Formats: sequence, C-alpha cells, structure tokens
Amino acid sequence: MKIHQLSVFLENKPGCLSAPCRALAEAGINIHTLSLADTKQFGILRLIVRDWQQAKTVLESHGNVVNVAEVLAIEVEDKPGGMASVLEGIERAGLNIEYMYAFTIRRGDRAILVFRFEDAEKAAQALSKAGINVIDSVALYDLVEKG
Amino acid sequence: MKTEHCDVPFNNVSAPDFLAVAKLRELQLQRLQCIVDRAYNHVMHYRDAMEQLEVRPEDIRSLDDVRRLPFTDKTALRDNYPFGLFASPMNEVVRVHASSGTTGKPIVVAYTQADVDVWSSVMMRSFAACGVHAGDIVQNAYGYGLFTGGLGAHYGAEALGATVIPISGGNTERQIMVLRDFGVTVICCTPSYFLHIAEKAAEMGMPLQDLPLRAGVFGAEPWTENMRRRIQELTGVRAFDIYGLSEIVGPGVGIECDQQNGLHIFEDHFLMEIVNPDTGDPLPDGEEGELVLTTLSKMAMPMLRYRTHDITAIKTDPCPCGRTVRRIDRISRRSDDMLIIRGVNVFPSQIETALLAVEGTLPHYQIIVDRQQGLDGIEVQVEVTAELFSDTVKELEALKSRISHAIDSTIGLRVAVSLVQPRTITRSEGKAKRVIDRRTN
Repeated sequence: MKIHQLSVFLENKPGCLSAPCRALAEAGINIHTLSLADTKQFGILRLIVRDWQQAKTVLESHGNVVNVAEVLAIEVEDKPGGMASVLEGIERAGLNIEYMYAFTIRRGDRAILVFRFEDAEKAAQALSKAGINVIDSVALYDLVEKG
Repeated sequence: MKTEHCDVPFNNVSAPDFLAVAKLRELQLQRLQCIVDRAYNHVMHYRDAMEQLEVRPEDIRSLDDVRRLPFTDKTALRDNYPFGLFASPMNEVVRVHASSGTTGKPIVVAYTQADVDVWSSVMMRSFAACGVHAGDIVQNAYGYGLFTGGLGAHYGAEALGATVIPISGGNTERQIMVLRDFGVTVICCTPSYFLHIAEKAAEMGMPLQDLPLRAGVFGAEPWTENMRRRIQELTGVRAFDIYGLSEIVGPGVGIECDQQNGLHIFEDHFLMEIVNPDTGDPLPDGEEGELVLTTLSKMAMPMLRYRTHDITAIKTDPCPCGRTVRRIDRISRRSDDMLIIRGVNVFPSQIETALLAVEGTLPHYQIIVDRQQGLDGIEVQVEVTAELFSDTVKELEALKSRISHAIDSTIGLRVAVSLVQPRTITRSEGKAKRVIDRRTN
C-alpha cells in the first residue's frame, strides 16, 4: 500500500529547483506530482515518480542528496467536506500527519492525496480499518499513466 | 558640550613607563631570573621542558639568555588543564579566569593577590597613557565574568581614581542611556561593539558627538586604522588600542599613548621577543614576526616564552611621548587560524569538535565571519549528507538547532547554522577552505 517518495535537499536560492527537475527530464523520467516545503534558508522538494530507484540514481549522480520515504496515497471525495471527513478519520485513528499534498489527477469524482505519517505501515492499517481508501502503488501508477 | 581633555603633564602612576633604559633592562633581568627559578622549581611542565633543553635557572645571566628557554604554547595550557601550570598553592590563588582553548576545554589562568595588584597597575598605566585620569567616568562595557576584559578594566580604572560603571556587554539601548544620563567620559569595549553603539545612538536621535564622551579604550579583537578613522570621525571619540591576552595577564600588556602610533608594552612586567613563526628563530627589532611574551612578575602562573601567534614588529624609533617602554605595531594578523569574534577566541577546530559530537562523522563545513552594523557574526555552513537529510522540515530544523547548540556551548557564542547542498563548499586541492573572513575593517 505504500508509495515511495523521493526528497531532494535544496538551498533557498535561484536555480536550485530547476537543476534536479532538469536532470530527471534529461533521463526521461516523468514527475507525477511534487510538493515543495520551504524555510527561509532551505527547501525540500518531494517527488512521486514511478521508477523511484532510477530517479534516485539520476539525482544522486547530479550531486543531489536524496531521501526515500514511504507515503500513502489516499482517495478523497472531490466535493465539499470530502477532505474534512478523511481528516477526521485520520484524527480518530490517532495519527499525526507530517505533511500532505495532492495529485493533479482524479479518479472519477475522487481526488488523490499524498500523506506522510511517521510510520506508513501502521498508518495504512489504521486507515483501512477506519474505512479510508488507501491506494497501492500498482493502482496508483495505472491511474496516473492512463490519465 | 565636548571639552578638550586637560593634558595631564605627568601622571605619577605612569612613572615606570619612563624608567631609564639601563635601569629598565636591569630590572627585567632581575625579574626574569626570579621567574625562571620559580617556574623551574614549582611547575613540573617547565622543569621537564627545561631539562629537555638542558637549561637551568642559573644559566640565565643576560636578557638574551631568554632564548635558551623553551617556548610555551596553548597546548601546554590544554594538557595541564585546569590547574597544572600553577606555581602557587591554591590557598594563595585569589582569582582564576578562563578563555577558550583550541578544542572543547577552556584554558585556565590564575592570580595571587600580588598578581591582581600588578594587573591593576598595568591597567591603570594603560588608562593613564590614553589620558584617562581621576574624575573620569568610565563605562566598562567589556564582559564581566571568566573573560579577563571586564574585571581587568574595572580594577585599573578604579585604582586610577575614576568612577567605574560596571555595565558589562550587551543591551545597547541601556548602554546609550547610561552614556548620556551619567555623563560618561570614557568607554571600554571592543571596537566593533562601540561602532554598533554609535550607529544605534545616531538612529535613536542622540549622536555621541553631543555627549561628553571623550575617549574609548578598545581591544579584545584586531582592528584597523580605517576603523579608528571611522570611529573618530563618526563620534568625535578618540579611539585607543589596548592589547592583552589571558595567558599573560589579560588586558594591559600594552597600550597606545596619545601619539596613537604603536602600542607600548609594559616591559617591566612583560619581556617581549619577535620570532620567525615557522622556525622560532629570533628576529631583530623592526622586523615583522610572531610576538613571544614572558611574564616577569606573575607569581601564580608564570609564562615562559609564550607564543602569542600575534604578528607584529618592535618599533625602533623612540616615541615622542618619552616613554622608554618600547612599542609594537598594531596587531595586523595571526600566525594560526584563531578567529577573534566579539572578543571571544574561536578556533575552527572547536567548531569541528562540535560538529563531530553531533553527527558522529564530520560533514564538509565552512565558517563565514562577517561584520554587520559593526557587529561580528559567524555563520557555519554545513553540507547536507544522505545520513543527515530528512524529508521533514521539522527534523532538519532540529538538526540545525542541535548543531548550533553544540557550537554555542563549545565556543560560547551564538552562531547561525545554514544547511547547504552537497559539493557547494569550494574545495581547493581536495581540501575545503574552512574559514572565509569577510571583515574588512
């Protein structure tokens, strides 16, 4: 059920974001979604790509420092209150969200969000028990690649 | 408001500055013989070092014989931490001070009552040399505490009969309020802190030119003629350079006189040599080299041929002020990698020790020293490695504060820590340049 997410350390200055994106583009790797966390001094670029191992090698060979984390892709109804009810479920399961961001694609009337919990495995079990739909990587990439 | 300072023609306390040269040399030799004897007979480190060179106290028959003695370096202070170099039993030691060593441990220095009295007297002579006199109101903004600056200036000014305001460092707005409200005539602090005070005062609409403040006794960090010009033009305060180091006594080893052209060393208490920093060979007067000092009267902790790592030269022309104690050029640089930041000695190796303690391994790092609004600051840039990197901001911020806390507690100064991308710190010949000092004046 877990998805591998790559994170790249960036300094908060011009040109630092384009370099890793360019490196992936040249290797023909498509970024399915990303998020950027930034502080005054540094940033963290988080990426979801299908072939994360290859992407990691490419990024590292360009001098980036790369972290691999397990995240969960969760389906949310794309309507008012859809997000809130999932968040309430997460809250009831006693899970703390480290951060989250969204995919641009949708499945029918549902949106897909990426959640980072401290322990992805435990979170996946708790969420399934709570009736929240966690998508596995096979289903996810099927979906993102078919559009 | 500013009154021309009354020229005190001859201040009694300055008498030893004007000893006849022959008399001065005789006194130096007498004191050197005593102190070498004391070091040899009371400090194991000196006895071992002298025996290694096969030199005994009775071999010191002339001042030139000082060259037969072993050098002392900071490592001796570190290896004998805390009290191993003391020549007096603890019940005769009335004071200890400490300053930073090259790694985690500070170096500790000691004073008997007689040592404190000598220290007061050289500080008194320092103040007198720059025209400070009884009746002056002295704001002492050097830090009080283990640092020698605060108490050294305090005792000297008090002994001179001046009124001392022991305000210590920091809290700039309060400094300015006191400067104005108490009618302060003399200030002591680091030159960079004084510039900061001056700029802040101008911002607050009470420029220092309008105050009775007349003279500043500035030290504990190297500064330049440019900075002196800036201070004097900006504030109308005459800026005097004072020299000292804890290992020898603290502030009061040397001072500029009214000529502001070189620092008189109080040679009756401190014997100076200039040596080639690489070979240790003596250099003639007028040639630039490393200043080596031997204490001539320090009871609790004699220092034989202490390597200061300060680069200077002994001036050969007599000073128009008439003092017979010779002068050195202002310290322009050092022969080691020690940095002086806001009066605190910082070695890159201390920062390295702190980084190692936090991470277990040593990441690539760089120390950037800069001066903004007259205040020195350090930034430590650390290259992020895969082991250090996390995908959450929370953990990276925690890493930054762990590093800055470890460095703070080692060197006693707050530093700004920045995380930088791998391979962004320039390597030269495979080695990174550890320190970039951007302070130009």
